[in-house]
Amino acid sequence: MLKIENLQARIEEKEILKGINLDIKPGEVHAIMGPNGSGKSTLASVLAGREDYEVTGGSVDFLGKDLLELSPEDRAKEGLFLAFQYPVEIPGVSTTNFMKTALNEKRKYQGLDPLDAAQFLKLMKEKMKLVQIDQALLSRSLNEGFSGGEKKRNEIFQMAMLEPKLAILDETDSGLDIDALRIVANGVNQLRSKDNAFLVVTHYQRLLEYIVPDYVHVLYKGRIVKSGTKELALELEERGYDFIKEEVDQAIA
Amino acid sequence: MPEQQDDILEQITTSEYKYGFVTNIEADEAPKGLSEDTIRFISAKKNEPSWMLEYRLKAFQHWQKMEEPNWANVNYPKINFQDIIYYSAPKQKVAPKSLDEIDPELRNTFEKLGISLNEQKRLTGVAVDAVMDSISVATTFKEELSKVGVIFCSMSEAIQEHPELIKKYLGSVVPATDNYFTALNSAVFSDGSFCYIPKGVRCPMELSTYFRINAKNTGQFERTLIVAEEESYVSYLEGCTAPMRDENQLHAAVVELIAKEKAEIKYSTVQNWYPGDKEGKGGIYNFVTKRGICAGDHSKISWTQVETGSSVTWKYPSVILKGDYSIGEFYSVAVTNNLQQADTGTKMIHLGKNTRSRIVSKGISAGKSNNSYRGLVNVAKNASNARNFSQCDSLLLGDKCGAHTFPYIEVKNNTAIVEHEATTSKIGEDQIFYCNQRGMDTETAVALIINGFAKEVMNQLPMEFAVEAQKLLAISLEGSVG
Repeated sequence: MLKIENLQARIEEKEILKGINLDIKPGEVHAIMGPNGSGKSTLASVLAGREDYEVTGGSVDFLGKDLLELSPEDRAKEGLFLAFQYPVEIPGVSTTNFMKTALNEKRKYQGLDPLDAAQFLKLMKEKMKLVQIDQALLSRSLNEGFSGGEKKRNEIFQMAMLEPKLAILDETDSGLDIDALRIVANGVNQLRSKDNAFLVVTHYQRLLEYIVPDYVHVLYKGRIVKSGTKELALELEERGYDFIKEEVDQAIA
Repeated sequence: MPEQQDDILEQITTSEYKYGFVTNIEADEAPKGLSEDTIRFISAKKNEPSWMLEYRLKAFQHWQKMEEPNWANVNYPKINFQDIIYYSAPKQKVAPKSLDEIDPELRNTFEKLGISLNEQKRLTGVAVDAVMDSISVATTFKEELSKVGVIFCSMSEAIQEHPELIKKYLGSVVPATDNYFTALNSAVFSDGSFCYIPKGVRCPMELSTYFRINAKNTGQFERTLIVAEEESYVSYLEGCTAPMRDENQLHAAVVELIAKEKAEIKYSTVQNWYPGDKEGKGGIYNFVTKRGICAGDHSKISWTQVETGSSVTWKYPSVILKGDYSIGEFYSVAVTNNLQQADTGTKMIHLGKNTRSRIVSKGISAGKSNNSYRGLVNVAKNASNARNFSQCDSLLLGDKCGAHTFPYIEVKNNTAIVEHEATTSKIGEDQIFYCNQRGMDTETAVALIINGFAKEVMNQLPMEFAVEAQKLLAISLEGSVG
């Protein structure tokens, strides 16, 4: 589904990704872990097409298409979703209205008719249950005055609405208390299927107790330095990132 | 990002004006220029009573002694008032006795603008007075309205049919001598709409006037007068468009509203005059005086305007709060793009006790345009317990446009509470990227963000027009991201 080869990217003059390789197949959940500043969020942003980053090398194939050639909106409409670490506020625009616009843009791209009000409402009601979000929140201005937990739940709700092929969760666990974390993880788990895939970017192992990954990759200094199964996450939890840092830094030296 | 933004800006600023077509119809015109003869010509064309001609001539004499104002934050070349045609009426072969007899060319023009003059085709409860250049060409639903005593007709007809009402109210809120453009308008106005809502009547449908400038070199000078008797209610809407021409055209209107005790008037404007091209060539000079008086206790006047058109706008819909407990409201969205200039706002004059006013102004500037809010809140000595709340928000798209705020507050009674809040913001890259990531292209994202910004005002519009107005906002700003 997603094949990243030797991806390199920088922001201004600073090189952040120094050759990422990653292969994600339908039905899989991959976790990207790593210490602060290792390039985790950069990877998420580059895949989503944020223009602050300049891709300087490598390739990304997404469902047979050259992802890096697509505009951010076309990436989204092809089925790539990014749950933001810091969801943005849009005053005066309700989540409902926002989602209606987004969903119908996607349907247009797919050659489908827009959903009418009744169909949209039905779909919304269905998806609201997944993340235990209530209608009142969806009628408010998008993310304005939302608590951290509400923002993240709202991201997962949007993901449920748009039914992406590949969802990237960028530090979705940050700022969540344990209850909110459970709700979010539960929503994600219900959306897992053999046809879609997830890339879970996180600093802590905590989230992975609820969203159990098939693979865990450790990102450090812009490279994936270690890959393994969920046990790797547990090891990291126990030993911290230092042992990996040491391994890598010694190898370089 | 900046590079792409420039591209998008470029696209947005090249968006086409949808209503720029010209109708080919023979016109009955006055010779170019302005003199007493012009005024006599107009008055004679309309077969007016002598009191009306005298009113005009007096206004003209006054105007000749006045100077064109220059305090507004706008720049435009000096207008040559002798180079304007003051009367231009589309010729109809026979005077239409009913709506069915209207010249098909005229009917088509309004159909093209989305205004049906066919009562059977009515989808929404809206009665329309259609004004082209200097005259009203049709008014729908007159009969239905007259059943409840509502008078809704062209100003010309009102002068003939209801002279007492016109004599009593015309110029009572905005005197001819009020300012340069009201004096000019009072001298040469050729048509407009008149609404009269009798005591206790809630007008059963929305009333609206659609103004169309068509002929070349003409100016449009219309009058609107709305009188709401005690305990009555009316919601009125005006819309306007003009062809794309290289020359500037002048539109100088006067609108007067009178709300008696416990009456309410809701006045909405969707202004979409031709704004001129990208280089600022052509477009309408929209110099308008609008004022309402809450004459009776517990009366209410509410202005809502969505201003997207015109090359230069100069207008301050105001409310004189004379009755105790009366309420004045002003909700405005003003959009400027390319080289458009807008200097708009309101005046709330608190005279009565316990009067309240609310001002919500949303300015959106793009391109190289300049957008100014100018407002006055005045609390007179006897207006105890007056309250005002003003909010002025500006949104900038790009870095070559300007947003300016000129709030004036004059309070002579120390029980007054006057609040003013103002913000200026830019559309953030983060907001746009967030929308992009959800599958919206940048234009859709901007339209969504803009409509969110303007929502508080858009919500005030009658349902039938809200959707149109939203689209209009999007079209006016197509491509202008900063």
